[in-house]
Amino acid sequence: MAHIFFAASIQRHVATPERETDARTLGEAFAAIFAEQPRLRGYIVDDQGALRKHLTVFVDGRPVLDRQHLSDTLSADSRVHVIQALSGG
Amino acid sequence: MSQRLLVGTRKGLFVLHADGNGDWHMAEPHFLGDPVSMVLPDPRDGTLYAALNLGHFGVKLHRQRGGSAEWEECAVPVYPPQPADMAVTDGAATAGSPTIPWSLQQIWSLEPGGPDQPGVLWAGTIPGGLFRSDDGGDTWVLNRALWDREERLEWAGGGYDAPGIHSVLVDPRDSQHVTVGVSSGGVWQSADGGATWRLTAEGMEADYMPPERRGDGNAQDPHRVMQCQANPDVVWTQHHCGIFRSTDGAARWHRIHAQPSSFGFAVAVHPHEPDTAWFVPAVKDQYRVPVDGKLVVTRTRDGGRSFEQFSNGLPPAPAYDLVYRHGLAIDESGTRLAMGSTTGGLWSSDDSGENWRLISAHLPPVYCVRFA
Repeated sequence: MAHIFFAASIQRHVATPERETDARTLGEAFAAIFAEQPRLRGYIVDDQGALRKHLTVFVDGRPVLDRQHLSDTLSADSRVHVIQALSGG
Repeated sequence: MSQRLLVGTRKGLFVLHADGNGDWHMAEPHFLGDPVSMVLPDPRDGTLYAALNLGHFGVKLHRQRGGSAEWEECAVPVYPPQPADMAVTDGAATAGSPTIPWSLQQIWSLEPGGPDQPGVLWAGTIPGGLFRSDDGGDTWVLNRALWDREERLEWAGGGYDAPGIHSVLVDPRDSQHVTVGVSSGGVWQSADGGATWRLTAEGMEADYMPPERRGDGNAQDPHRVMQCQANPDVVWTQHHCGIFRSTDGAARWHRIHAQPSSFGFAVAVHPHEPDTAWFVPAVKDQYRVPVDGKLVVTRTRDGGRSFEQFSNGLPPAPAYDLVYRHGLAIDESGTRLAMGSTTGGLWSSDDSGENWRLISAHLPPVYCVRFA
């Protein structure tokens, strides 16, 4: 099972625990989590379902490549981190 | 006069109360640290709405029911799926492009429907969609009649990279009559609650356009549009290229020249006197600072034939405070005004703008000011 973590800055707005997922892609993992927590969706993806501009997702230490369709694959032991990109002031 | 003042800033929502002496007292801020792009006190039921624009996590809308101290997050407008033939291509997501992303960037205006429409809200957004809620923000629907107009594809950014609706006017005589102001896309009106729309910017002039397009209504950049509540056929606009006024429900606009400048962002219209309006002039448009570094408020009481300038109580030069579209407010009495600036100044006036009193010089940049 892949393991997914959400940054503390997200917890301030919507508490969402780290969890395990058997999803095969990032998009599938998000879909399952959003089904449990509908309010979280708008914090992570935009109206068209793309990863928000100032968020980044790392899978096994590498930033995901497909920010629009979230097709990056997850393996059984992937570690997934959803974090905010550093921007603004 | 209104005793409660709401101030949306880059770093939170500040709520102030006036005492019997006209002094304003500030309570603890709400949403400290978060940009508050718009706030709406709903006069029908006392609900307070605050639109946030979180840098990382997108646009959010919160509401506080009348009499409650608790905020609850409600739904935000969500754009429908973007057709494949209008998909965004890299680097093309800016002004006037049909490839603009169909995704909410900001709630730029928030207005209640009429007294006969409990629960109805209008939200003007960037990138240019007008949304309606029939249930106080539980759900929102994009107004497709306006969004699907071919002219919308030619709207350009004004203030932000993408076009936006900053003004929504619900006619106090007829809630089905709705007027919106678009930067940059002119002034549009619906007589049937949003089912159909017509462009009503005849007479406006966009000096920045090629000569053959200067009179094109769809190319106009009205920075802010307001109507007189007692005589809604009188509509005032602080436009990118000057001040314009209509006395026939926006059928025809007339240009007005003011001193020290006709450029600015905000306008306040007297609720009972259609010939009386206030502006905060600035040097156009590549500078956007007060003329000669001197912050003044101008007022006309004769429909724009003449203007008075007031600076008593405002900072002496040099002062580079700029007042944005929603940074100038007038209350229902028409004598109390408030004004907030991009450099965090907040002032009020209890004598129709002739004398001002500093409330704070050190707020975060002010986006919107409203009386409740």
